[in-house]
Amino acid sequence: MTDSQSSDAFVAFDRVQKSYDGETLVVKDLNLSIPKGEFLTMLGPSGSGKTTCLMMLAGFETATHGKILLDGVSINNIPPHKRGIGMVFQNYALFPHMTVAENLSFPLEVRKIGKSDREAKVKRALDMVQMGNFGGRRPAQLSGGQQQRIALARALVFEPELVLMDEPLGALDKQLREHMQFEITNLAHDLGITTVYVTHDQTEALTMSDRVAVFDDGRIQQIDAPDTLYESPTNSFVAQFIGENNTLSGVVKKMSDGFCQVELDDGEVIDCKAVNVSEVGERTQVSIRPERVEYDKSRLKSGTHTIKAEVLEFVYMGDIFRTKLRVAGNDDFVIKTRNAPDQRRLKPGETIEIGWLPEDCRALDAR
Amino acid sequence: MKLTKTLMASTALTVAAGAVLAQDMADSMTLVSWGGAYQRSQVNAYADPYKEMHPDLEVVWDESSAEAVAKLRAMDEAGNVTWDVVDVVAADALRLCDEGLAMEIDPEEHLAAAPDGTSAEDDFGDLLVGDCFIPQIVYSTTFGYRTDMVPDGVEPPSDICSVFDLETYPGKRSLEKRPINNMEWALLCDGVAKDEVYDVLATAEGQQQALDKLDTIKDEVIWWSAGADTPQLLADGEVFMGSTYNGRLFSVIEEQDQPVAMMWDAQVFDLDGWIIPANLPEDRLARALDFVYFATDTQRLADQAKWISYGPARQSSAPLVGEHAELGIKMAPHMPTDPENAQNTFLYNYEFWADYRDDIDAKFQAWLAQ
Amino acid sequence: MSDTTQSGPVLAADGTPLKKSLQKALRAQKLRALALVAPLLIFVLVTFIAPIADMLFRSVENQIVSRTLQNTVVALEDWDAEGGEAPGEAVYEALYWDMFLAAEAKEHTRLGTRLNYEQTGVSSLFRGTGRGVDDIGEDQIDALEDLNEAWEEESFWYELMTGGDGAAKDGSQLSAARERLSTLTTDSYRGNVGFEPGAEISALLPRTVSEYATFAVYTVFVEEDVVAEEEPWEAVKVALIEELKAGADLSGYSGPGAEELRAAQEMLADQPDIDYKAAFLKEDKDWGSIPVWQTIKTYSPPFTSGYFLNAVDLQKTVDGVEARPETQQIYIMLFQRTLFMSLVIMGSCILLGYPIAWILANLPVRTANLLLILVLLPFWTSLLVRTSAWKVMLQQQGVINDVLVWLGMVADESRLVMINNQFGTIVAMTHILLPFMILPMYSVMQTIPPTYLRAAKSLGATNWTAFWRVYFPQSVPGIGAGSILVFILAIGYYITPEIVGGTTGTFISNRIAYHISSSLNWGLAAALGSILLAAVLILYWAYDKIVGIDNVKLG
Repeated sequence: MTDSQSSDAFVAFDRVQKSYDGETLVVKDLNLSIPKGEFLTMLGPSGSGKTTCLMMLAGFETATHGKILLDGVSINNIPPHKRGIGMVFQNYALFPHMTVAENLSFPLEVRKIGKSDREAKVKRALDMVQMGNFGGRRPAQLSGGQQQRIALARALVFEPELVLMDEPLGALDKQLREHMQFEITNLAHDLGITTVYVTHDQTEALTMSDRVAVFDDGRIQQIDAPDTLYESPTNSFVAQFIGENNTLSGVVKKMSDGFCQVELDDGEVIDCKAVNVSEVGERTQVSIRPERVEYDKSRLKSGTHTIKAEVLEFVYMGDIFRTKLRVAGNDDFVIKTRNAPDQRRLKPGETIEIGWLPEDCRALDAR
Repeated sequence: MKLTKTLMASTALTVAAGAVLAQDMADSMTLVSWGGAYQRSQVNAYADPYKEMHPDLEVVWDESSAEAVAKLRAMDEAGNVTWDVVDVVAADALRLCDEGLAMEIDPEEHLAAAPDGTSAEDDFGDLLVGDCFIPQIVYSTTFGYRTDMVPDGVEPPSDICSVFDLETYPGKRSLEKRPINNMEWALLCDGVAKDEVYDVLATAEGQQQALDKLDTIKDEVIWWSAGADTPQLLADGEVFMGSTYNGRLFSVIEEQDQPVAMMWDAQVFDLDGWIIPANLPEDRLARALDFVYFATDTQRLADQAKWISYGPARQSSAPLVGEHAELGIKMAPHMPTDPENAQNTFLYNYEFWADYRDDIDAKFQAWLAQ
Repeated sequence: MSDTTQSGPVLAADGTPLKKSLQKALRAQKLRALALVAPLLIFVLVTFIAPIADMLFRSVENQIVSRTLQNTVVALEDWDAEGGEAPGEAVYEALYWDMFLAAEAKEHTRLGTRLNYEQTGVSSLFRGTGRGVDDIGEDQIDALEDLNEAWEEESFWYELMTGGDGAAKDGSQLSAARERLSTLTTDSYRGNVGFEPGAEISALLPRTVSEYATFAVYTVFVEEDVVAEEEPWEAVKVALIEELKAGADLSGYSGPGAEELRAAQEMLADQPDIDYKAAFLKEDKDWGSIPVWQTIKTYSPPFTSGYFLNAVDLQKTVDGVEARPETQQIYIMLFQRTLFMSLVIMGSCILLGYPIAWILANLPVRTANLLLILVLLPFWTSLLVRTSAWKVMLQQQGVINDVLVWLGMVADESRLVMINNQFGTIVAMTHILLPFMILPMYSVMQTIPPTYLRAAKSLGATNWTAFWRVYFPQSVPGIGAGSILVFILAIGYYITPEIVGGTTGTFISNRIAYHISSSLNWGLAAALGSILLAAVLILYWAYDKIVGIDNVKLG
C-alpha cells in the first residue's frame, strides 16, 4: 500500500516508527516519499498517526525508529529551528503580544535579515494573502479567516521549500473554509512549494491535494490522487472513509480475469471487480458507490445484473434524490440519483429493481 | 462598695452570703496575662483557688498582656471593653492610668491588709506606682551567661561592666531592643555614679554618652524583643551573655539544666501587677475587685513564688515563700530580692521613662539603624 | 442621525419619552443589582474604607489640646512665642481654669502623653500639676472659710447660686457648662441637673456662676451626686475670690448670701492677689520653660501637620518646619530601606518562582497539582513557626553553618552571619512570600499553549529566542500580578523582620507597630501608614503607566 522510496523524493519517511510509551506503536513502519512541489494531504481519523507524522517531520517529535529525509539529508538529529520548514498550526499560534507585521517579521529577524529587506518581505507576504493593510493590528483584532491568512503568510514569509499545515481550517465556518481551501492550493501551486497538509476532513483532502495518504491504525492505507482514491479504493477502510459507500458482504465463488462472482449473504450472486480478494471461498465486502446504482431500466446498460430492492426512504435534496433501500438484507443501502426532468421519484414501500456495472462493484477485504 | 467589701471578707463564712454575692457579681471573668510559665503560676496560685470558692464562675484567660495598652485603648474607643482584670508591667499601668483607661485604686479600700494588721498601703510600700496599679510581683532584668564559654583562666563575670568588656569576655551579647536598662548600664560602666545616672541621662550629652558606650559593643550585640529570645540564644550557644527576665533564666538553669549561670549585678527591678479597666459595668467591676482582693493577699502572693522565681510584692509575703512546687528546691535564693542577689540593684524609674521614653527611644532607634 | 434630534425625543408606545422609560426599566435592575452587592459593599466599607479614613483622620487630628486647654489656647494667641519670655499672668490664670477641670475629669494626663511626643517632660509636668492644682489659691480660700463657715456649706452655696426659690433664672451659664464639659470629654451631658443659676447672681458674678455650673454638671453626670448636697470645688471659690477682689458691685444685691458676700469682699481686700504664675512655677519649674509653651502654642490648632512632619524626619516649631536633629532621623531611611528590601525580595521571588511556575505549568495536571500542594505547604504552618525555623537554619550555631563547617568550607571561628541582618530578612521573607509569586505566574503560564513555542521554533527561533521573544512576554502579566502581590505584602510585613531582621533588616512597619502598641503615638503611626499607603499607590500608578494594569492577570 505504500509507495517505494524514490530517489527524486524531496521528503522521505523511511521505515519510520513512533511509540510514546514503549508498548504500542502510534506509527507503524511508515514509508512515504513526497516529490518537490507536491501538495500531499494526510487524511485519517483522529488517533490514526497522521499528526504524529507531521510533528516528526517538523521536529517536535523524534522518530523511535527509521529515518526522515529532507532533500536527501537525514533530519532526525536536526532541531526544529534549523529545518527551515514553514508550519501553520491548528489554532494559528499567532503571537498575541506582537502585531501582524511583527509576527511576520519574527522568522526574518531570527534569521538576521536586514531591516529594509525584512519590511519588503513582510509587505509582499501580506499582499500575497490580501492583508496588506493589517500590518499594525494585533491578532486578537482579526477575524478567524484573517488570522488564518496571517498564519499562512507567516509560514511562507521566510520562503521555505516545505510547508506543513496541521488542520489549519478546522476553526473556520464552512463557507470561509471552502474559500480558503481554494486560496491555499492556489498559493502553494503558484509558489511551487511542497506542502504536507493534515486533516480529518475528506472533502478538504479531495479538493486540495495532488495526492492523499489515508492513515489508519498507524499505517498508510492507501496513497493516491483524489480521483483514484475515490473511485478505486484498494481496501474497505478507504472505501468507507472516503465518500459515501454501500457495502454488501458475501463469499467469493469464482475468480477469473480480474473479476469474480460473489454470493451475497441472502444467496444472490453478483459479478464484481476483484480488487482485494485472492481466492475462492474468501469472505469479502463488496463496495458500490451510491451514484453508480441505477433503477431506471432505460439507464441500465444491457446485460447488467439486477437485484431486488425495497424503498425505505426517499429524500429530496434539490440537486439530487437520496433514496434508502433494503438490498440483500442491508437496510442501509443508499442510492443517489440526479434530479433530471424525467427522473422518477420513488415512494417508500415500493419494490424496485436496481443494477450496476460490474466494474463499479469492487470486492474488497472483509473487515 | 464598702458593703461589698465587708461581704467579701465573709465569703467563706456563710453559704448565704455567697449566694447574695453571686447575684451581684458577673459569673464570668476575663483575665489577661502573658501566657507561658508566668500565667500558669497565676492559674495555680490565684485562679484555681478562687474558682474553688466560686464554682459557678467562668474564668477566661487572654494572653494579650504584651499588647494590652494598645488593645485596651482600641476597646475603649470602640466602647466595648471585654477584659476584667489585666496583668501589665508597672510602666504600662502608668500609661493606662494617664490615658484614663485604668481605674484608680484605693489600696485601703480595695486591697487586703496583711495578716498582722499592717495596712495594704504600708505592706506594698513604694511599689504602689501610680494611682491604678496593684503590684503583684517583683521581677528583674538581669544577665545570664554560658559557663562553658568563659575563657580559660578568667573569673566568671560578676560585674555588670563585663558586658562591655570584650577583651576579657569575648563573644556575642544579647540586649533588649529598647533604651530602657541598656542606657543605665552603659552610663554606669562609663564612670557615672549610680545616683547620678538619671540626671545624666536627662541631658542630650548624657544620652549621647550612653549611646557611645553602647557603640563599643554594638557589633557584638544581638537585639531581642521577646522574653524568650535570650534563653534560646543562650541555650543554642549563639551568645555568651544576655539580658532577660530572671524567671526565664531560672527555667533555663534549673528546669532545662543548661550550662548557664546568673549574673545579678546591677539587675533592674521592675514590677508586674493588675489593673482594672476604667468604666466597667457594676457587676463585672464587683467581680474584678473581689478577685483582685483575693489574689493579692499575703498568702496568695507567697503561693505564686512556688511556681516561678519572681518575688512577691508584699513585704509580709516574703517569709512565707517556700519551695518550688515541682522541683522541690528552695525558692528564696532564686528571688531577685534575696539579699545575696540584691547587693547592687536598680529600680525601674517610671517617672523618668514616662517622660523620656519617646525622646530617647527615637535616638536609640536611630542609633541602632545606623 | 440628525433626524432624531430635529424631530424631538423618541417616544415609547405609551407616549413617555423613550429615554425616561428606559431609565425606569433600568432603575429596577440597578436596584436589584445594588441589593445583591450591598452586603459586600457594607462589609468593605466597614472593614476597609472606614479604617483607612479613620487612619487618615488620625494622622492630622489634634483636637485634644484645644479641647483640654479651652481657655489657655485662646489666651496664648496673644503671646509672642519668639519673644524669649514666658507668657504673662493671664495665660497662667486661663491654665488654672483648664487644668483644674481637666484634673477633675482626669483628662490632663492624656494631654500630657500627647504633648510628650513633641516635648520631653510634659507628661510628668501635667501629671504632677494635676495633683497639686487644687492647692492654688489655698490661702485666700482658707481666709474666706475662716471668715464664715457658710462658705463650706453646700446648701449655702446652692442657695446663693440659684438666687433662692422663685427668683428669676438664667440658664445660659448652665448650657455653657454642658458645652464646656462635653468639649473636654467628648461625652454628652444632656438631662436634668437639678440646678438653675439665678439671673441676678449670674449678672453679678458671672465667672463664679460659670464655674459652679460646671461643677454642678460634673457632679450630677459623672459623680452621680446631688448638687445641693455637695460642697463646690476649689475653682468655684477661687472664681468668687477673683470676682470679689476685682470689685464686683454688691451694693444693689439683696438676694441670698448678700451679707456674707459683702463681708467677704471687705475681708479679701486685705488679702494678696492669687499669683497663678508663681503657683504653677511652684508646682513645677517647667511651667516657666519657654519650649513647653511653644509646644502648646504650636500644637493648639485642632488639626496639625506635625505627625506627617515627624514621619519624614522634620519637626514643627514656632519658627516653622525644621529638620530633626540628626541623632533622631530614622524614618526616611527606614522608608528607603523598606522599599529597597521589598524590591529585592520581589526580585528574588521572581528569580526563584519563575522556573518553578514554568515546570508546574508544563507538567501533567496530576503531577502539577501534587507539586502545587508542596508549594502551598508552607501556608499550613504558622508564620511564626516558619520564621523561627529560619532562625534555627541561619544562626551561627545553626544548621547551615554547621554543615558548612563540617564540609570544611567555613572555619569554625568565622561562621557566617546570616541572620539578624538584611540577608536574614530577605531569605525568610522570600521563602514566605514565594507562593504569592508562583501562583499567579503558574495560572498565567497555564494559559499559554505550548504551540507558541513550537511555532516560534518552526519559524527558526532557537530555544532561548523562542522563550525570550515569545513565551516570556506572554508570561509577563503573571510576573506583574505576582510582583504587585509580593511587593505590597512585603512592604507591610513586620513580624518576620522583627524576628530575623536585627537592626539593619527592620522595616518601617516595625516602627508603626511600635507606635501602635508601645508608645501609643497613634497619630504618628497613622501618618507613617498613610505615607506607606501613598507610596504603594504611587508605585501602582507608575506600574500602570509603564507596564499597563490590564497587563496583570491572576489567572
